Amino acid sequence: MSTDLVWLALLMGAVTYPSRALPLLMPGVERLPRWVLDYLRLVGPAVLAALAAVNVMVASGTDGRASLHVGVEWLAVLLCVAVVAWRRNLLLGILAAVLLTAAARAIGLAALP
Amino acid sequence: MALNAGSADPPQQVELGALRRRLVVESLAITLSAAAFAVVYGLAARSAGFSLVEALAMSVFVLAGASQFAAVGLIAGGVAWPAVVLLTFLLNARHLLYSAALAPWFRGRSIPYRAASAHVLVDETFALGLAHFRRVGRFDGPGYWIAAALVCVPWIGATALGFLGGQALPDPEALGLDVVFPAAMAGLAVALVAGRRELAAALAGVLIGVAAALLTQPAVGIVAGGLLGPLVGFLVPDAAHQGAETERIRAGDVAEMLPEIAEPPAERLL
Repeated sequence: MSTDLVWLALLMGAVTYPSRALPLLMPGVERLPRWVLDYLRLVGPAVLAALAAVNVMVASGTDGRASLHVGVEWLAVLLCVAVVAWRRNLLLGILAAVLLTAAARAIGLAALP
Repeated sequence: MALNAGSADPPQQVELGALRRRLVVESLAITLSAAAFAVVYGLAARSAGFSLVEALAMSVFVLAGASQFAAVGLIAGGVAWPAVVLLTFLLNARHLLYSAALAPWFRGRSIPYRAASAHVLVDETFALGLAHFRRVGRFDGPGYWIAAALVCVPWIGATALGFLGGQALPDPEALGLDVVFPAAMAGLAVALVAGRRELAAALAGVLIGVAAALLTQPAVGIVAGGLLGPLVGFLVPDAAHQGAETERIRAGDVAEMLPEIAEPPAERLL
């Protein structure tokens, strides 16, 4: 059994770990200025919203170029947001999104040409 | 006696238990989604010529879906290792934001504890953990590790499952499971919106993130949205945090600030 790529995995882990750990391990992180804490409080909603939007709205081609993707996934995510805002229930929102996506794909309405 | 002992639990402990159960319930769909895509990853890795040990090593040491899928494609295409490592670094740079946003909550934890917690800090752990901390109103170590375990263990286990028998399983996209991840991230972002500032930051994150992703790369868009979205949020007056703010800035003590960070109250969240 080949194990050559285990070394690559270790290298990939070595360049990933610092981005996960450095702020957590930074000395003095307990006593940040108020404006930094306010900024960090806003990072959560901003980065999660960006992550969701980029995931459903941007497609990467085989040539590596990004393009706008229009499909039922937009509606599915918006439906989840609406359900969570209305019912305060994440699982219900995700279930609604999955059902909408699966149904749309089953009848061939998943993506615009 | 046992019944009496149970009913004598302090209210905070009872509520914490309920909030942890809620965390587990919220994690279920994410766990299923992570497992489904780890199956696909395991199958793709096998097709690209990885051994089982190599496929699992990626899931254990890298623990980041996008960069693992990218690595499979690049290795299959004969791309050199330095390019794979560089792309991995760029794809995973967004974790800096997660780590920075969670750092104040880890106040008082030991360095080894923080170092271990960092390795399991993935998209889903961040989203679930931050929402949980805000509901609880403080750091909850078991809650963080519950979230991490419900994401990372299925990811690693399902990698092996996909490698060994992925051909027999249905395509997650046909079942609509690929939408679980973005839907969960968007839903958890809603849970973090406590006022106009957070809403503005989230909307700006979407617009900036998509624009930057289209102009450059998706990974760059996510980081740009996460970095610049909060700056737009600062432009919006935040009435809820005016008043006692000035006094607390003088105090400069995170211990006093954490209740502010913990807003909104639990009933306003998920």
